[in-house]
Amino acid sequence: MNYFIVLTLTGIAAGMIYAALALALVLIWRATRIVNFAQGALAMTTTYIALAVIRATDNYWLGFAGALIAGLVLGAIAERFLVRWVENGPPLNAVILTLGLFLILEAVVPMIWGAQIRGFPAPFSIAATQIGGAFIALSPFNLFTIGVVLAVMAAMLLLFRFTSLGLRMRATAFAPDIARLLGVRVGRLLTLGWAIATLTGSIAGLLVAPTLLLYPNNMDAVLVYGFTAAVLGGLDSPVGALVGGLGIGLALSYIGGYLGGDLEAIGALVILIGILMVRPQGLFVHSAERRV
Amino acid sequence: MLEVEDLHVSYGGVTALDGVNISVPTHGITAVLGPNGAGKSTLLKSIAGLIRPRAGRVTYNGRALIGMAPEEIVRLGVSMVPEGGGVIRELTVEENLRVAQMWHRNGGDARKAIDEVMAMFPPLAARRHNAAHSLSGGERQMLAVGRALVSRAELLLLDEPSLGLAPKFVALIMQTVRKLCAERGISVLLVEQNARSALSIADKAVLLSAGRTVAARSAGELAKNEELWHAYLGY
Repeated sequence: MNYFIVLTLTGIAAGMIYAALALALVLIWRATRIVNFAQGALAMTTTYIALAVIRATDNYWLGFAGALIAGLVLGAIAERFLVRWVENGPPLNAVILTLGLFLILEAVVPMIWGAQIRGFPAPFSIAATQIGGAFIALSPFNLFTIGVVLAVMAAMLLLFRFTSLGLRMRATAFAPDIARLLGVRVGRLLTLGWAIATLTGSIAGLLVAPTLLLYPNNMDAVLVYGFTAAVLGGLDSPVGALVGGLGIGLALSYIGGYLGGDLEAIGALVILIGILMVRPQGLFVHSAERRV
Repeated sequence: MLEVEDLHVSYGGVTALDGVNISVPTHGITAVLGPNGAGKSTLLKSIAGLIRPRAGRVTYNGRALIGMAPEEIVRLGVSMVPEGGGVIRELTVEENLRVAQMWHRNGGDARKAIDEVMAMFPPLAARRHNAAHSLSGGERQMLAVGRALVSRAELLLLDEPSLGLAPKFVALIMQTVRKLCAERGISVLLVEQNARSALSIADKAVLLSAGRTVAARSAGELAKNEELWHAYLGY
């Protein structure tokens, strides 16, 4: 029973990270109807930038902020100068473009920083703690992870539900042509959407690195899990991303704990295939209009 | 107010507009009539910036519109209501209105403008917080016209507002357009398949056929001109 609780808690902590990456995928899907396969590689890149800042300044929080800013900038550049060219073309073009960006980032980053595995600092201990004699399976860093992701989710909810910028972003996502006719500067909002999504992804990168370490393809498996979580949630729903992330985190934790760690990646793919067969529109979407 | 000169539009080699000339005066309703495929909707889309013409000129109060993005053209006061209303189905009625006025950036005025639209169209007030996909065809047209009003449009481009509507809604929409024109000094360029109802409110009418302007008369004259009527409108 104790083991089950431990697996549940660690599953939740891991699930929050998948949820953050899933949210990034969902934000881009909503804005541009593109699955961004480079999301993981972008997060890996911003994490390397964070590490460079941390080494230069000896301050974790400056590195954290650096990764967020790098995420905003990289996302905006990716949309404005790459994705813009394929947004109105066949969906496959966009898929190939994001795969290309993924390959380029995973090739360029080791050219700059080397390909060796690096440690990445955590602002809080990553060891499980004891509080008043009771063993807690969650480390302080796990709690930090959960708190940060929940804060990001809340911020997105506030942005989309209660601000005029969020309303314009929703209008753009639902009906870009009509939004244009209403005076919404759609191009800028798409750039901003990619920037915000990549920022969200960069948070996932920062939260993964202390435990999974940092190397040029350290986010590949996380991308698969995050993508599965996003599909589980319906690709269109930020709440779905959160629930999907937690579901995948828990499922993989139980699979890893009871069946063996080697089966985690396969487990995620089995879940993905299962969702696509049983409920292809996801759990949180009423009408699905999926192009890829 | 709006001048369209020698406009040519083609879709991948197929000519849709082949030298259209239209002049829309300040104040008043100009109806664009013509059979299916005459290029009526293409004309409106070209003015609104949704289609890039091959040649020709569109000027609004002296400013060239061709090459401008649709979102910038709206900001000059030219507001298009696409066929079927073009409401954003997933947003609520009020959100649809708010999106249309956001770029004005003055909050107090904005609320008042939305309340005015609600007063003008009571069915919308009842559904203020419902998603727009729950609206009937007539209500969508009301919302679309209301949206153009809150954006303080000076020139309204209406694409087939009567399409698919019950006769009583057609009458209501036409009367509302007429009223807005008179009360607020809005100019309207109205594209209609339903020539009779369009002529009933229009001041001026332009007849398109096969992408060309074939006649531009006062609405009263065109209504009485049996030759043109039979040749181009078919009944």
